[in-house]
Amino acid sequence: MDISNYLYLSIILFTIGAVGVVIRRNAIVVFMCVELMLNAANLAFVTFSRINGNLDGQVASFFTMVVAACEVVVGLAIIVTIYRSRRSASVDDASLLKR
Amino acid sequence: MLNFALEAGRTHTPEAVLFWFLAPLAVAAALGMLLVKKAVHSALLLAWVMISLAIIYIAQDALFLGIVQIVVYTGAVMMLFLFILMLVGVDSSDSLKETIKGQRPAIIFVSIGLIGLFLSLLGRATIGIPAVGLTRANADGNVQGLASELFTKYVWAFEVVSALLITAALGAMVLAHSQKTKSKFQQRDLSIARFRGKSLATAAGLPSSGVFARHNAVDVPALLPDGSPSKLSISQTLDARGDMIESKIFELEAREVEED
Repeated sequence: MDISNYLYLSIILFTIGAVGVVIRRNAIVVFMCVELMLNAANLAFVTFSRINGNLDGQVASFFTMVVAACEVVVGLAIIVTIYRSRRSASVDDASLLKR
Repeated sequence: MLNFALEAGRTHTPEAVLFWFLAPLAVAAALGMLLVKKAVHSALLLAWVMISLAIIYIAQDALFLGIVQIVVYTGAVMMLFLFILMLVGVDSSDSLKETIKGQRPAIIFVSIGLIGLFLSLLGRATIGIPAVGLTRANADGNVQGLASELFTKYVWAFEVVSALLITAALGAMVLAHSQKTKSKFQQRDLSIARFRGKSLATAAGLPSSGVFARHNAVDVPALLPDGSPSKLSISQTLDARGDMIESKIFELEAREVEED
């Protein structure tokens, strides 16, 4: 098996995540799709680290995980705050700036 | 043990078997995440994708990242997601109905374009570059190798990330904190409300359960002087649930004394 198959897998997962961000309406599912995109990017980092024979890619992947953890904490807090004021977790309903 | 060495950019057969087993399942789970209706099912499918990615990391000589992936992502992050899902509950946003007309075909078109873009990028990045493998970089162990990178070359980034984590924790606390607009109804207010009410019958408090009844459990209402049960004496929740027990059933039957 060629090692770039991992990169193809990463591309497919990233694209599925991107499509999910656009088509799903539930803010939490949108958020999970963002996580999927981050994971796909991590897989690419790990594979590139293996191709290049040094650990810099894995360190980048490690930092991505930390940032993703922060992002989840703040993002979910925002979703809970929006839900508390509007009783809905739909991304279509948070449209006050449009009017 | 987990040492899949590379031969001229190609992997050994066990790794290929592992990949061809995990990758289709991961892609199917990721697609399922988009297509299932319930957000909880999406979360479980995402957890599966993350676990398969963790196994793939371990197969790719990234032992530490594989474990961190399971502990941080599948453990902490997905748990947090499920927690918020339970908090927010199910609402109309779970429906898969298209709200913007013509969005889906456009998205499929654009995503194919995106894949094409990535493939061309990938070609530029990998063609003609031989894969080295991590055997040398991992010679002292993967964790040791990562640590020596992290605490020398990337130590500044590491410190900044710790500041980021603290900021995120504080931010989440500030966002999730809700300010009360009215002061809480205290015992003093309750007492005043009892005396200001229409009737003074309950001014001294509600009757307690089981008083003058034949049983003193909380679900047995007190009996009023005329023998009828007083619903005020038991919790309203018990009454609404239908968990109220009539005290009549505890009435003792007049027993005939048998003489032997």
